[in-house]
Amino acid sequence: MAMTPIDQHIAPGKFPGGDAASLLGDGPGRRGDRIFRAVALGAGLVVLVVLALIAASTTHEAWPAFRAEGLSFITSSTWIPAENKFGALAFIYGTVLSSMLALVLSVPVSLGIALYANEAAPSRIRRPIVYVMDLLAAIPSVVYGLWGIIVLAPFLGPNVYEPINNAVGGWPVIGWFLKGTSGRSFMTAGIILAIMITPIITSLSREVIATVPRAQREAAYGMGATRWEMIRTAVLPWGRGGIVGAVMLGLGRAMGETIAVALVIGSQTGQITTHLFEAGDSMAAVIVNQFGEATGTHRAALVGLGVVLFLVTILVNVSARSIVGRFDRQARGA
Amino acid sequence: MNDLIERTDTGELLLRDTTRRSRRVRNRLASIWMTGSLIVAVVPLALVIGYVLVKGIGQLTPDWFTKDLPAVTRKAGGGMGPAIVGTLLITLTAAVMAVPLGILGAIYLHEYGGRGRVARLIRFMADVMTGVPSIVMGLFVYTVWTIAHGLSAFGGALALACLMLPIIIRTTEEMLKLVPDELRLASYALGNRKWRTIVTVVLPASFGGITSGVMLAIARAAGETAPLVFTIGAARKLNLSIFDGPTTSLSVQIFGNAQTPFEAAQARAWGAALTLVAIVFILTILARVVSAAVARRHNA
Repeated sequence: MAMTPIDQHIAPGKFPGGDAASLLGDGPGRRGDRIFRAVALGAGLVVLVVLALIAASTTHEAWPAFRAEGLSFITSSTWIPAENKFGALAFIYGTVLSSMLALVLSVPVSLGIALYANEAAPSRIRRPIVYVMDLLAAIPSVVYGLWGIIVLAPFLGPNVYEPINNAVGGWPVIGWFLKGTSGRSFMTAGIILAIMITPIITSLSREVIATVPRAQREAAYGMGATRWEMIRTAVLPWGRGGIVGAVMLGLGRAMGETIAVALVIGSQTGQITTHLFEAGDSMAAVIVNQFGEATGTHRAALVGLGVVLFLVTILVNVSARSIVGRFDRQARGA
Repeated sequence: MNDLIERTDTGELLLRDTTRRSRRVRNRLASIWMTGSLIVAVVPLALVIGYVLVKGIGQLTPDWFTKDLPAVTRKAGGGMGPAIVGTLLITLTAAVMAVPLGILGAIYLHEYGGRGRVARLIRFMADVMTGVPSIVMGLFVYTVWTIAHGLSAFGGALALACLMLPIIIRTTEEMLKLVPDELRLASYALGNRKWRTIVTVVLPASFGGITSGVMLAIARAAGETAPLVFTIGAARKLNLSIFDGPTTSLSVQIFGNAQTPFEAAQARAWGAALTLVAIVFILTILARVVSAAVARRHNA
């Protein structure tokens, strides 16, 4: 039986009398303990069972599409359900592009708030900052999507994207990206995603920054550093691992986000373009938009998109966790 | 000495007299970046909440809570009753499944498994499960439940329970860690068995923290849309049965109505958004209040 540190204090043999120790033993009449432990273990194992079932059942359901398409499921961008062609590359591209845009927009802001809340804010507004972040995280994604499709997208299209497109759309290099006039676009999806992942990245980085030893900060101040120099030399290097982990967890969240993206990305199937202000599509958005009318191989292909999404987000999350884990050990000084 | 660092006027004074201009400018820029970030984050929050309030409040008549959904979405009229009931029913069913499992799982992790191999694996997998996108949970439940048993509130609840489970496990474990070992030792010394110690001493001691974690998980689940789209269907009338027949939810109604160009449907989406945000915020704030109250009692 695995023992927690506390059990070891009273493990059998530690006490001369032995009676207290047998409270934790497996002798006769100890059925209650054994049953309780088994039930708790069973509940914990549900996690493993569910994860295994997710992988097995979705892969099985998607198998007809995987078998028909082979590798071109992820290398082709031709997605024509009527002709039984299912190449998901454009959707993978859309997922990656919109989440990368979200990171680019969100990371500087999240980091700024985390630093402000921990290093610069007067102590009486630190708690309100945490409350605001909590509320931001609590708003359901479909509500962001609703606001995005009815308010934000119709505003951005003619008032922001069009002027930018007209001004610099023809220029080399930046013109490749800042082109298009569609309100519902990769960029709008990136903005909505950025709003949604900011609270996550902020609160995780804040926790990391809070672990920087006080002495280290004061040493930097003692050397005559300004606040920014203190942050740059004492806070950021210490928290680097944890902050990278926090950003990757945000990335995982952005890639799996469905409803808000489905509403604002524009649902332009098969679009691979560097033009940020044009409509596109993402894996999760395609699944939710097409599932209703899909049958047969088409439905299998949509479940297949789910399998790809599952694998990608697991990969991102596991690497994020291992980075954070390494940081934790380092912070504990082990 | 702390006072010297944290008093801003002292800082300004020291800074002006002792540092070069370029360093002062850079410091200033960094401060602007940090405060600016906060403003940048607060603006969308204020805008979203403002729009939801202003556009949604007009919908909330008594009919809104009691009437069925209208047959024709582009016309005004009808109510959101079935969706409100659906959201509450689905979330409650999910909580009934996920909360006991999650708390028991956390008890295993902290009270029995400790740093053992099985516990470490479960802990890692729970973290992995937290990262599984909600739409994948929807597809999963669709393949293992909906194909065989049809659309129902229970399918949606299964998907939400899968989303809640790892969150409850991990937050509950954190709360169990905060229970001092002395309490457990005292209970053993009184002759309590381990399971009695857990049930009568450890769980009550961490009740506040666990409750607040559970409520946050429920609040998150109540707003989910993607896992419900393929699993609960789209009913127009009130369906109080959990296993039998399609139902609907606030989130699914928002999603559906937001995509239409009709004014009445969009208005309905805003009303549903206000109702949903109110439910979620109440749960979130209650969670805060509970954990703050417990923290006060502990400190007293």
